[in-house]
Amino acid sequence: MLSPPEWQILGFSLAAAGGSTLLILAPGIVLSWWLARFRWPGKSLVETLVSLPLVMPPVATGFLLLRLLGRRGPFGSWLESLGIDVVFTWKAVVLAMAVMSFPLLVRTLRPAFEAVEPRLEQIARTLGAGGLRVFFTITLPLAARGVASGALLAFARALGEFGATVIVAGNIPGKTTTASVEIFHLIQLGKDAEALRLMGAMVVASFALLWLHEGWLRKPRLRR
Amino acid sequence: MKLVLAGVELPLSDFSLRLDATLSAPVTGIFGPSGAGKTSLLDLLAGLRRAQTGRIELDGELLSDAARGLHLEPRYRRLGYVPQDGALFPHLSVRRNLLYGYRPELASAAMRFEAVLALLALEPLLERRIAHLSGGERQRVALGRALLCAPRLLLLDEPLSGLDAELKTRIVSYLRAIRRELGLPMLYVSHHAEEILELCDEVLILERGQLVERGSPALLLAPSTWPARSLESAS
Repeated sequence: MLSPPEWQILGFSLAAAGGSTLLILAPGIVLSWWLARFRWPGKSLVETLVSLPLVMPPVATGFLLLRLLGRRGPFGSWLESLGIDVVFTWKAVVLAMAVMSFPLLVRTLRPAFEAVEPRLEQIARTLGAGGLRVFFTITLPLAARGVASGALLAFARALGEFGATVIVAGNIPGKTTTASVEIFHLIQLGKDAEALRLMGAMVVASFALLWLHEGWLRKPRLRR
Repeated sequence: MKLVLAGVELPLSDFSLRLDATLSAPVTGIFGPSGAGKTSLLDLLAGLRRAQTGRIELDGELLSDAARGLHLEPRYRRLGYVPQDGALFPHLSVRRNLLYGYRPELASAAMRFEAVLALLALEPLLERRIAHLSGGERQRVALGRALLCAPRLLLLDEPLSGLDAELKTRIVSYLRAIRRELGLPMLYVSHHAEEILELCDEVLILERGQLVERGSPALLLAPSTWPARSLESAS
């Protein structure tokens, strides 16, 4: 069984992963839909930038975030003037998770939006619907499975995040320590039994998420 | 109804759709082989595509004018479009499909929800899912959905395609009922001469985007001309 501090770490990891998924869901949906439906200048640049964290070493992404959000960084100094501290706080954990899972979200959502028959959206427009109504009543509901699938994968990716998190949020017990960071810390200290317990909990959580994804969301749609 | 297409040109993949015509028959047929530009014409009227040149007017109202960069959005055109496969929204029930564009404030008594349900015998289908409808039922729902948005003109794209003879007869009787009871003008696209003969007052024959003939269906598409027409269609 997990000890109370380990439960806290696990709970914090789940909450931060949930928070990061919520944070990226709306921008992920809008961006994926734009990528799926429209051609615009700079599109391939945006596509590449979005996918960058997928191939960059997570530690390097974390370092970039640290430089951007640190007190002397371009965003950090602006945030500090507003009284917002990000680096080495729970906000940095959420942000690191968000940046690292965003590409996975967009890569799942884009084909989901591409699969929505444009003819249905066109006919909705002839029936008097404006752009927003078409999006919320036709496009989004028809891509709903893809959206759920993308959110679940992004959440799972966030839960396992380590490299970027440890650089930008550090390892402050009770404040920024996530399960992945704690496992690394315990292994370094030679506390293998504790590391194994936490690892077991992570395996169960990750397995449950992927099982949900593969077994439920990827089943062919029977109701249509 | 008076529909004016003045100097309209829409480039398609390997030819351009070019039309200069004024249509005023209650039911106008658009006849021609597959790929002649018939569906593109309906898309153009519905506002789903933009002509490169020319002007389109319906009953004196400007729908588009390329020279002035005017293009009335599809949602403001009030044209009931029944596309070839129905394009019913698969995630919505029949009832919610029918109500999607319902404009009770604009509908005449004959085009109110209950009246359209009765006209097309849709009542028993209301709670059904789209996946559970037969081909004929889908066409009726698509027709009903288009009628309920209080259209000024009905655009029908091959509404009988894929239906067997018995179903065709039934849908034709519904189309006749729409014409008789609602007095709603229609543009009826088909590549089947017998459908045009049965339903239309005038026919426009399109080939590779060009209007090649127009006139009475009985004269242009009489059964004696079918072999020639089908040869043209096949070519």
